Amino acid sequence: MVYIDDLIAEDIDLYLKKHEEKEILRFITCGSVDDGKSTLIGRMLYESHMLYDDHLSMLEKDSKQMGTQEKGLDFALLVDGLSAEREQGITIDVAYRFFSTNKRKYIVADTPGHEEYTRNMATGSSTADVAIILVDARNGIMTQTRRHSFIVSMLGVKKIILAINKLDLVGYSKQIYDKIVEEYTTFAKNALEIKEITSIPISALLGDNITSSSDNTSWYNGPTIMDYLETVKIEGKNLSNPFRMPVQWVNRPNLNFRGYCGTIASGKIEPGDKIRVLPGGKNSTVKSILFDNKELEIATSGRSVTITLEDEIDVSRGKMIVSAENPGGEADQFQAHILWLSDDAMMPGRQYIFKSNSQTASLNLGKLKYQINVNSLNHIPAKDLKLNQIAVCNIYLDKRIAFDSYKENKTTGGFIIIDKITNHTVGMGLIDFALRRSDNIHWQSIDITKEQRALQKSQSPKIIWFTGLSGSGKSSIANILEKKLYSMGHHTIILDGDNIRHGLNKDLGFTEADRVENIRRVGEVARLMVESGLICITAFISPFESERRMIRSLVSEDEFVEIYVDTPLEICEDRDVKGLYAKARAGQLPNFTGISSPFEEPENPEIQIDTTKISPEKAADIIIEFLSKNHFT
Amino acid sequence: MTHLEALEAEAIHIMREVVAEAENPVMLYSIGKDSSVMLHLAMKAFHPAKPPFPIMHIDTTWKFSEMIDFRDRTAEELGLDLIVHINKKGQDMDINPFVHGSAKHTDIMKTEGLKQAIDKYQFDVAFGGARRDEEKSRAKERIFSFRSAQHRWDPKKQRPELWNIYNSFKNKGETIRVFPLSNWTELDIWQYIHLEKIPIVPLYFSKERPVVERNGVLILVDDDRLPLEKGEKPMMKRVRFRTLGCYPLSGAVESQADTLPEIIQEMLLTTTSERQGRTIDFDSKSSMEKKKQEGYF
Repeated sequence: MVYIDDLIAEDIDLYLKKHEEKEILRFITCGSVDDGKSTLIGRMLYESHMLYDDHLSMLEKDSKQMGTQEKGLDFALLVDGLSAEREQGITIDVAYRFFSTNKRKYIVADTPGHEEYTRNMATGSSTADVAIILVDARNGIMTQTRRHSFIVSMLGVKKIILAINKLDLVGYSKQIYDKIVEEYTTFAKNALEIKEITSIPISALLGDNITSSSDNTSWYNGPTIMDYLETVKIEGKNLSNPFRMPVQWVNRPNLNFRGYCGTIASGKIEPGDKIRVLPGGKNSTVKSILFDNKELEIATSGRSVTITLEDEIDVSRGKMIVSAENPGGEADQFQAHILWLSDDAMMPGRQYIFKSNSQTASLNLGKLKYQINVNSLNHIPAKDLKLNQIAVCNIYLDKRIAFDSYKENKTTGGFIIIDKITNHTVGMGLIDFALRRSDNIHWQSIDITKEQRALQKSQSPKIIWFTGLSGSGKSSIANILEKKLYSMGHHTIILDGDNIRHGLNKDLGFTEADRVENIRRVGEVARLMVESGLICITAFISPFESERRMIRSLVSEDEFVEIYVDTPLEICEDRDVKGLYAKARAGQLPNFTGISSPFEEPENPEIQIDTTKISPEKAADIIIEFLSKNHFT
Repeated sequence: MTHLEALEAEAIHIMREVVAEAENPVMLYSIGKDSSVMLHLAMKAFHPAKPPFPIMHIDTTWKFSEMIDFRDRTAEELGLDLIVHINKKGQDMDINPFVHGSAKHTDIMKTEGLKQAIDKYQFDVAFGGARRDEEKSRAKERIFSFRSAQHRWDPKKQRPELWNIYNSFKNKGETIRVFPLSNWTELDIWQYIHLEKIPIVPLYFSKERPVVERNGVLILVDDDRLPLEKGEKPMMKRVRFRTLGCYPLSGAVESQADTLPEIIQEMLLTTTSERQGRTIDFDSKSSMEKKKQEGYF
């Protein structure tokens, strides 16, 4: 590595001393495909003398082999790490790069321009202090430029460098540069919250205005890219913000010590400070702040510390220690901005996992209020949310959490959405504000309990949930089961397509989103039936594991009995009692389970019935036997 | 906050997340400088408790003997639970880098050994000391990096990592590699070792050592298993190592640097990168990516 810093050779101790005092600046580069992001970063590494000889010789070899730059080095090859993208000449993932100068250490997220990888760009900007938005001078502002700028702004990046690149290809024209800057400024004024935008004319390929001012743009008097990065003020470490520390882990090496470990999200803390623990709201006083084997007099935002309190109060992972004077809120319902990151669309009504700092909860997404078209920035109505789309909606959690709005605090206002089945991170969200409702609506206190109602019926209430393909025999078995239970003196009710689709759910069609909503409503009705002490038998195809699991979670563990009526598709199709399969095969019924829509087999049903071997009569007996064994009466 | 303080806080945050959410975590300990830093951070993260996980060394049986001494001494001094795993099958096959070549040796003793150990002890999360600045494909790996039940890495299926929230929900059979030092550079590592006075294996410091020169690489004569070629005679040279692995595969550099500032100075002034001393990278430019997909750490 060839630093130009003479100190290294002359006085290494002094150099190290200076280097210890550097700060970190994180920035991202984004823009449209082929705008030259990787080239810019490669150029910065090169100009900062951060390249080793062997890297350089490999680069020379690769440049020749790929033949993309006749004249010389192709810096993009240096940065585009994965072999697939090296061959295609595009960046397909976030790459992190590091370099340092005498003043700062830089962490660069090189993020992709293709629309399908917008999620990676959002990843890069979630931690960035500055965004460099590249624009190809020949093309001007593109759809992707607007999209990325909007995301960067939404994620709370405070500063933008608008780098107008490839200026060499338009003869270093001031006119073209000015026109693009003007267009972008107008766009930003209307659409972005970022107010600090610095425009710089560059050629990443040739090095104009990257580290030193270029003679080719004598009409430009502003900073070079590096000038700007070296001197820009790093925000986000404002110590006057109220104190927040999500508790990650409780340290209890012995009975005499109980410390709460976490990373300070904002503000500062000193021993003697009054704090509150949210959710819950117990107050206490900071006894000590520990880091390693030292006691600190003060700890500030960004530090990972261990705090002990004067009082023994209940603090565990998922709680947040906050300033007692300025505690922020706790709630379980919010309005939020959501950016979808998964190929599988987001379904309102489906249950997901919510994770914000160390807090996890079950999440229901409400109906979308509107989707934001990031090209026009118009609000448009939408039923579901697909990859890379942004919407505003209400979210409902199964418990109260401590929070701030994202605008006030990224750590306590940002969250990720996790799919319960695949465990993938499928979305990200920003809390706008808590809905009043959760503060004002308290559960009606009910004097007669479920247990008392059940006692009156001399039965233990249940949801007996049949699932299986259309024509598998769900309704036949359910009917026989109900007759048998009735004759045993039980109070039952059947919910099926006939009494639900024609009444409660007649507004719903058969799209995936509507089917999710259909089952959600059935689940809620079934839950009420269980509350009233009844045995509720349902017969719906209910093809998705996540919906079935959601309904299971609505009632106590022993109140849900899942019965998988396992009949092979060929047999169901053969029977085709209602003629539906024939229609579906003829393409007249879209989204028909088994034909054009998947059936996810239950992972752990309580009972599985193979109808090729067992008659409906026998099946009903098996179910009753199961119920009897499980304290049914 | 200085950059080292920020990196330190980030690594500690990551370790605590893992401990709070994993069922059975382990820290992979390779005895090198990055492992030393990682272990030092773990001691800080959980003080006054001990790190609530064992450390594990995948022993290829060809490590420098000074590394093994250092490993055992460190575990004892810090009072840590040390697991040493050797691929017995490989040992029975008498796998030898001189006979079977470096690629095969690494694959069987290191990659296979690691998979075996993770399966044997049922670890669900393993900390590793890899850094993103080491190599191009590492630059794109997430901090929480998932491996399938077959221990494979799929670069196209990485979960987005937003803010400092890590999604550690895993599917059946999946394991996670977690890299708390992802955002550290080689210079950061050295500087931190210097600042925090972290003990490292003495082989990093220059000393007179017996070496032989092969294909331009200086190999330490660490024990009598090194087959001397005809006319080859060990010579005493002042050498040190920039990176440590199996002794037949780690090239020494001639150096006078026997203090940390001198090592850092030498590193900053040198013009070849750290991994060049490792022979496994030479194969082809995508070799690391391929190895990782197959489960190399």
